[in-house]
Amino acid sequence: MALLTDLLNLDLSSLTDKIIAEYIWIGGSGMDLRSKARTLSGPVSDPSELPKWNYDGSSTGQAPGEDSEVILYPQAIFKDPFRRGNHILVMCDAYTPAGEPIPTNKRAAAAKIFSNPEVEKEVTWYIYILFNFAHQFSLKTATFQPNFLNNLGVDRYGIEQEYTLLKKDVHWPLGWPQGGFPGPQGPYYCGIGADKAFGRDIVDAHYKACLYAGVNISGINGEVMPGQWEFQVGPSVGISAGDELWVARYILERITEIYGVVVSFDPKPIPGDWNGAGAHTNYSTKSMREEGGYEIIKKAIEKMGLRHKEHIAAYGEGNERRLTGRHETADINTFLWGVANRGASIRVGRDTEKEGKGYFEDRRPASNMDPYVVTSMIAETTILWNKS
Amino acid sequence: MSLLSDLVNLDLSSSTEKIIAEYIWIGGSGVDLRSKARTLPGPESDPSKLPKWNYDGSSTNQAPGEDSEIIIYPQAIYKDPFRRGNNILVMCDAYTPQGDPIPTNKRHNAAKIFSHSDVIAEEPWFGIEQEYTLLQKDVKWPIGWPIGGYPGPQGPYYCGTGADKAFGRDIVDAHYKACLYAGINICGTNGEVMPGQWEFQVGPSEGIAAGDQVWVARYILERITEIAGVVLSFDPKPIPGDWNGAGAHTNYSTKSMRSDGGFDVIRKAIGKLEKRHKEHMAAYGEGNERRLTGKHETADMNNFKWGVANRGASVRVGRETEKANKGYFEDRRPSSNMDPYVVTSMIAETTIIWQP
Repeated sequence: MALLTDLLNLDLSSLTDKIIAEYIWIGGSGMDLRSKARTLSGPVSDPSELPKWNYDGSSTGQAPGEDSEVILYPQAIFKDPFRRGNHILVMCDAYTPAGEPIPTNKRAAAAKIFSNPEVEKEVTWYIYILFNFAHQFSLKTATFQPNFLNNLGVDRYGIEQEYTLLKKDVHWPLGWPQGGFPGPQGPYYCGIGADKAFGRDIVDAHYKACLYAGVNISGINGEVMPGQWEFQVGPSVGISAGDELWVARYILERITEIYGVVVSFDPKPIPGDWNGAGAHTNYSTKSMREEGGYEIIKKAIEKMGLRHKEHIAAYGEGNERRLTGRHETADINTFLWGVANRGASIRVGRDTEKEGKGYFEDRRPASNMDPYVVTSMIAETTILWNKS
Repeated sequence: MSLLSDLVNLDLSSSTEKIIAEYIWIGGSGVDLRSKARTLPGPESDPSKLPKWNYDGSSTNQAPGEDSEIIIYPQAIYKDPFRRGNNILVMCDAYTPQGDPIPTNKRHNAAKIFSHSDVIAEEPWFGIEQEYTLLQKDVKWPIGWPIGGYPGPQGPYYCGTGADKAFGRDIVDAHYKACLYAGINICGTNGEVMPGQWEFQVGPSEGIAAGDQVWVARYILERITEIAGVVLSFDPKPIPGDWNGAGAHTNYSTKSMRSDGGFDVIRKAIGKLEKRHKEHMAAYGEGNERRLTGKHETADMNNFKWGVANRGASVRVGRETEKANKGYFEDRRPSSNMDPYVVTSMIAETTIIWQP
């Protein structure tokens, strides 16, 4: 198919200034990603300069047929790793023609929480473990400046997105024998070899594609269940943590489409003695990162414990199949926290305990959680909410 | 699938300074390799400047779930032949959060031995001949062998060519170039006596670097077999019966051995190895008793024997070493699944530090 690839990879920049913009939005299930493309007259790097657009909401379960237009507001721009050149991906959220966010638009409410002055003041950092380690071991590089970001007054998050790859027509995990099971868990976590790692090409293509796009992907690893993988996004700035995770999911699903494999964000794809898939969310505020921060962390975790039911209800469909208390999870009805404890609802790293300041990891969100909801809810509970 | 390879092969250097670092460590069995990747802000060539990291030891049989963090310390950097660009592979060893090496961390003790002043003065060089077998993925039977049966007896396969004699050469050749690209001191390859079995040699490497390089060469090999859809085995006797086993012969010399009159030093060293034969055998790899039978170019496990040009010996001295009266010797006892940190440091310890 040499002619087809030639066309796909055509570099248009010598012929025209026009670029292609792929507008991305979340569909009616709250989990399905949709996109369509349009031509723009020239390169754009500021989302506010992009035109609003619309789509047929009656085809995505988001509007009735007689009044089907849903308006897309561009919110963030990324480089398109598939079309490359000056082409872009545009993350959008959805509104009625009257300007109201439609029910499945969780971004609008999250953006409100993040612009609350109390939240901005706390400079919430969903700080990624990478940052903490670099800070501790004095990594001397110009771009690696926690203080620089501190001064910017921005919120930061680190999200660990797990997912499972399934064979296309049978929806059975990649690498698993048809009609059967692989050997038990043990050899697969960070494993290598044709009998232990399935689908690495997808993972590696995704890593580079995200870096190319400008998504802050900070790492990847093979997971405990064979055919399951994880990537981490962070440190990301405030509302853009959600934007970046959604675009990373979009890029991943486009790549599995090329490979002919199906990506699943189900939190417990295979019942039984097989790990589930989560989206652990690492988080800290300014106070947590400063001297005495560990006390602030403990207070924040206490508040999270008091709102455990509310958080769990918003942390992803089907999570009860995953949070059983086994397979490195805490039971869904129990709130438990601990240092270096992977069987807890919230885990605090040993480095944080030792330093007396740092961040914590909420291990409860399922792989199919909405990052706009989870990140804003953690900020709301720990900064705005008061036990009353 | 050209779009996928476009992405896998993306050269990011024009879009970002960031690089990807693949951290590699040894898992709970002492032979399983694990790795995961992280983004770093820019190129790095000094391992001491890389951040320490951690992993979930409860998933690799190295820690309990309630206290699962194991810390990995970067020890050596190599260029990543899979991601290329400025991306790197980082060989690490594993410690508790308190800073103690965990039980499966054999590098730590080896590094101690190699920093002993007597050992440093002797400049120990190692050349390791790593043998391995390639197996068909779902049946775990050697590649090129008929399913449910056997190929013709050994004879035509050693260094052989042809579709009926050499199986999997693409893997071997890809591995050779990938290792050279990475900065591993790979000095040769050959097809082995058993069909489907191959060998590569790493060296000469000095001190602790010998172990680092063999482990990373093994990592690169298993990543390549993963791509090829074939399974890699370091079992010392993969097929029982009249089929050769797989070893990791370790060639060794010190400064004194390489100097004039060194053959005398070699003889004394071999004498010390003979006295510690049992201790060495216990550390030379699991399952070695199935391989060291006294047949198939091995010496029997329980007997220590050395000789010039003798492939049936425990230790072999080459004819040129005998003629020049200086050189090196070959310890043929280690099995293919040996830990090079253990073997290299033990040979150095016995021959340089240990006194009978």
